[in-house]
Amino acid sequence: MSNLTVLLFLSTLLFSSSFAFQSDELLLDDEEFGLEGGSHPRSPEPVTSDSPPKQTPSIRRRYSDPDLDSKIQFTLEHAFGDSDFSPAGTFSARLKTWSHGGQTLTKLRFSRNEFSDEEKYAFQTLLKGDDFYRIRLPSNVVNPPGREYVIASVRARCLPRDGLDEHIVIHMDGANILAVSYGSPGACPYPRQLKLPAKWTFNSHTILKSGEQAPRTPIFTEEILGSSENKEGEAEAPVERSFWAKYWMYLIPLGLIVMNAVTQASNMAEEQPAGSQGQAPAAIQRGSAPRRR
Amino acid sequence: MAIRFYLILVVFLLSAIVSFSLYEDQVGLMDWHQRYIGKVKHAVFHTQKTGRKRVIVSTEENVVASLDLRHGEIFWRHVLGTNDAIDGVDIALGKYVITLSSEGSLLRAWNLPDGQMVWETSLHSAQHSKSLLSVPINLKVDKDYPILVFGGGYLHAVSPIDGEVLWKKDFTAEGFEVQRVLQPLESSIIYVLGFLHSSEAVVYQIDSKSGDVVAEKSMAFPGGFSGEISSVSNDKVVVLDSTRSILVAISFVDGGISFQKTHISDLVEDSGKAEILSPLLSNMLAVKVNKRTIFVRVGGEGKLELVDSLSDETAMSDSLPVADDQVAFASVHHEGSKIHLMVKLVDDLDTVLLRESIQMDQHRGRVHKVFINNYIKTDRSNGFRALIVMEDHSLLLLQQGAIVWSREEGLASVTDVTTAELPVEKDGVSVAQVEHTLVDWLKGHVLKLKGSLLLASPEDVVAIQEMRMKSSGRSKLTRDHNGFRKLFIALTRAGKLFALHTGDGSIVWSVLLNSPACARPSGISLYQWQVPHHHAMDENPSVLVVGRCGSDSSAPGVLSFVDVYTGKEISSSDIGHSVVQVMPLPFTDSTEQRLHLIADTNGHVHLYPKTSEALSIFQREFQNVYWYNVEADNGIIRGQGMKSTCSDETADEYCFTTRELWTVVFPSESEKIISTLTRKPNEVVHTQAKVSTDQDVLYKYVSRNLLFVATVSPKGAGEIGSVTPEESALVVYLIDTITGRILHRLSHQGCQGPVHAVFSENWVVYHYFNLRAHKYEVTVVEIYDQSRAENKNVWKLVLGKHNLTAPISSYSRPEMFTKSQSYFFPQSVKTIAVTSTAKGITSKQLLIGTIGDQILALDKRFVDPRRTLNPSQAEKEEGIIPLTDSLPIIPQSYITHALKVEGLRGIVTAPAKLESTTHVFAYGVDLFYTRLAPSKTYDSLTDDFSYALLLITIVALVAAIYITWVLSEKKELSEKWR
Repeated sequence: MSNLTVLLFLSTLLFSSSFAFQSDELLLDDEEFGLEGGSHPRSPEPVTSDSPPKQTPSIRRRYSDPDLDSKIQFTLEHAFGDSDFSPAGTFSARLKTWSHGGQTLTKLRFSRNEFSDEEKYAFQTLLKGDDFYRIRLPSNVVNPPGREYVIASVRARCLPRDGLDEHIVIHMDGANILAVSYGSPGACPYPRQLKLPAKWTFNSHTILKSGEQAPRTPIFTEEILGSSENKEGEAEAPVERSFWAKYWMYLIPLGLIVMNAVTQASNMAEEQPAGSQGQAPAAIQRGSAPRRR
Repeated sequence: MAIRFYLILVVFLLSAIVSFSLYEDQVGLMDWHQRYIGKVKHAVFHTQKTGRKRVIVSTEENVVASLDLRHGEIFWRHVLGTNDAIDGVDIALGKYVITLSSEGSLLRAWNLPDGQMVWETSLHSAQHSKSLLSVPINLKVDKDYPILVFGGGYLHAVSPIDGEVLWKKDFTAEGFEVQRVLQPLESSIIYVLGFLHSSEAVVYQIDSKSGDVVAEKSMAFPGGFSGEISSVSNDKVVVLDSTRSILVAISFVDGGISFQKTHISDLVEDSGKAEILSPLLSNMLAVKVNKRTIFVRVGGEGKLELVDSLSDETAMSDSLPVADDQVAFASVHHEGSKIHLMVKLVDDLDTVLLRESIQMDQHRGRVHKVFINNYIKTDRSNGFRALIVMEDHSLLLLQQGAIVWSREEGLASVTDVTTAELPVEKDGVSVAQVEHTLVDWLKGHVLKLKGSLLLASPEDVVAIQEMRMKSSGRSKLTRDHNGFRKLFIALTRAGKLFALHTGDGSIVWSVLLNSPACARPSGISLYQWQVPHHHAMDENPSVLVVGRCGSDSSAPGVLSFVDVYTGKEISSSDIGHSVVQVMPLPFTDSTEQRLHLIADTNGHVHLYPKTSEALSIFQREFQNVYWYNVEADNGIIRGQGMKSTCSDETADEYCFTTRELWTVVFPSESEKIISTLTRKPNEVVHTQAKVSTDQDVLYKYVSRNLLFVATVSPKGAGEIGSVTPEESALVVYLIDTITGRILHRLSHQGCQGPVHAVFSENWVVYHYFNLRAHKYEVTVVEIYDQSRAENKNVWKLVLGKHNLTAPISSYSRPEMFTKSQSYFFPQSVKTIAVTSTAKGITSKQLLIGTIGDQILALDKRFVDPRRTLNPSQAEKEEGIIPLTDSLPIIPQSYITHALKVEGLRGIVTAPAKLESTTHVFAYGVDLFYTRLAPSKTYDSLTDDFSYALLLITIVALVAAIYITWVLSEKKELSEKWR
């Protein structure tokens, strides 16, 4: 039962804009996708696939409608420095067409070709010159290359670790690839040191990303304000501060004034005789006058 | 309960917001405002029987204004909308100014003395066509002639009294273009002349009372017309045929139409393509052939004869009736630094009524337009005054051989602005002459003291105000300690450079750009070329003006270097390649000249200055120079890296080729780039860390290589409301321009442009329209760096185990997160800017140019994504304002106070030396400058601080101490004597 609610939640996330009815197949498909995507994802993206992947045939093919769900392949091409592009690997994915016309790519798998000897040599040349290793993808996966190829590049010295580590983030919009980010999975601090890879195998991480939807601007109606006010009232009620905490700013000056007044009063009492003495300056000449007090 | 809550909220807000506001007597102390009208298109004089002589002008900035003919001041002025271009202006009934605008679809009447709108009529228009305004000259006031307006395919007759449409006539027939609407004096018949398919002349005679067509005649002309037309008299027009080599006089006197052809080659030898010039001269027309202007008289039967020929650089006015049925016109031509004005009779070109030569004090280029007006001199003879519009858009009135007044109207079309320092005060320059003497100083302070003690009489108050207005050399031409005196260098559309002083807005110098390659290059942009500070102090700072010869983007570029102190053009060179993009590099050579890269249309970049030193600096950083270009029409952003030097034979060693490193391809069916923005390259960020209340540290992701891009659905690129919310979406991106990584992508469903954005430090604020909520929205996005988030432990910092000093590389995988929040904003926005201070410590304010042409200063704290509905006590102490759904507009925070910067187009901020203060310069049709202190002037005393009061207080205290000491001594003595 809880599984079902999670799935429902998933589906509402997917169809947040316009979703009226959803067929069973899609739900099942979602389940499959949810299982294969690793840990239960809260949103369909990013889809992470680890490499080297095994070409597992789609088992649940029969559940999905062939019209709505098609398998596609597109190639990754690479170039060394200013050389021409040549195939370097293949992406295979499933293109899902939604009832409202949108398309999304799921279950991305990537198989990287091994470097040939010439390519190894070319790559070593790149490493020596700290030159660019460039890759490209078609900008549309349905009818490649689409409008134009999407290019990304990295300094070759960023890639070698034990093997060759690469991190590919593909930004998708429907069936279109907007851009691809390519680089090492970690840091690549400058100045870059020359380091030859121990193994000539690629360790690829691929992430598929589609944009986030902006949350709607909250509209605070009178109602929400009212409720927040109530909450605030409730929150404030238990904080019962002591009399001193509330009124210290009045009490301190008051105390000061009182103290001042008291000392003044005592001074007055003392000075009263002195004042009377002042009124009779003639008394000074009489040396015994103070003693009379 | 709700009321109490609101009260608490209001009290809290009032106490929390340090809003910028002025007292009434502080207006004009540090701000100035200049009103302009733009380049004049039409001018109508109104000088008869009035006390105030005035001229009504309409301009290319869509301004209609009434100017004082004596002093050139603006009596009144109206700035129409940007799409409401004025087609014609005239005076009707002697008391209304009639303007026709928006391709002949809006007719307005303004009251002549005060500029109040009397009536407005929107006319029906069905198609794009040229528009004509014909206001009858009322000789008999009792006879009510209508105003005739042709525009949008319809001829309208409009009553001048109340703007009522009397009748309208449809001329929207296929291929019919109305060319002239003529109404002979004392006649009730209106002639409408038009061309059908450019080959047949059609004349309609229309009854002016009812609008009925009385007669219609047409006649085919086999050669076809070119469309240029000049009406020489009430029943005759002259047109050029389609080959532009034959002048055709068309007369349509009561009976029929008749053509009379004259070959231009018969008039002048070796004629090329001719062009009819716009001045309207009676029975004569001016034709431009082979760079010469010829005058052709039209005889009674349409016979054309050549009367005179002038050099090309002559500007002419329309003809003007003078006494005794004579008609005169003015012509102006140049000779060195002098201009010669001549007024001649049209009938007899040898009779020169007026010949004047005027010395121009500064270079203003050629004369573009002349308007003349006559007046009766004291000796009862005819006098003439001429209003001339120069190439730099300035407007001058000439009378009696002198320039009576001039207006620098070029400043109404500022395209780019930069700042420059004034020269340092030299020993030789005596300060005493500018500063007051000691007595004056004391007097002033006594007055101030009176003012602050509320003892001042009204006269004193006036004196104090006056003193403050021209206080202590605020317009001195030297640098000051606080950096309040600066120059704003403004480049105008006419290609003229102005230096404006921040103190009072006076023009320190101005220079009209020249080029060896073409006469007058159009300026594109302005860069700081040389800002000497550490070494090379003896050099004068200079600015670089990039221009091009011609309007096409592939036209060859021109570089001009202008000395900021003197305003002299140091050098100007034709660079031999086109200019697509100019990139200032963060390197300077030993004379503090900044290195610039200029990209051309072939994809090559060129390094400037072309010196070997600059080349060696550039070669050192060759590997680390990247650039990008945005192909907005194509929807592609390309990142480029340097490759090698150009291999062409023509190219020199300063030319480099590039290679494509990354691309971002926006799907053309769903996204269209409408706005791109980067941070200001010279912005200073004080601290990278942001400490929040719970002792947590957030590190700002501060990168110079971030690009903000906004795209909308192609359908939604039009006006607001032209699409439904489902069809339109707005997507914003933050892209690293070195690697092309998309760091942030957020889509707003149901939203639409135009997007106005501002990018500073680690945040972007952008303004757009939400179609679902029917409101404008403002969203803030802040980017934080997560790779430095572990550096929270003090011990780590003490022991140096942190990565704060590690160099940042764009090739590392970015670990960052964004925070964003949206608010409604009640106004439509023209532009947004942000304040900038010298060290970046002072909190920032957004400067929002609103649709009302005012500038609103909004604290950045209002657009903080950490705002919550109920901030905790700690958050409140930090200054977080409770979240509201819309941003407040506090009337006191308009920095333009009561003024309007008409036609606002841009806001430029520049830091002063004093950390708390920033210069703000706004330009549009008007110019406005003020100094702002977003967190109040915490580092200096205010201008009106009374030093005298302080001095007197100290003196009084010292005196009191002395007196009490003497008294106590006395008392003690008497005590001892006791």
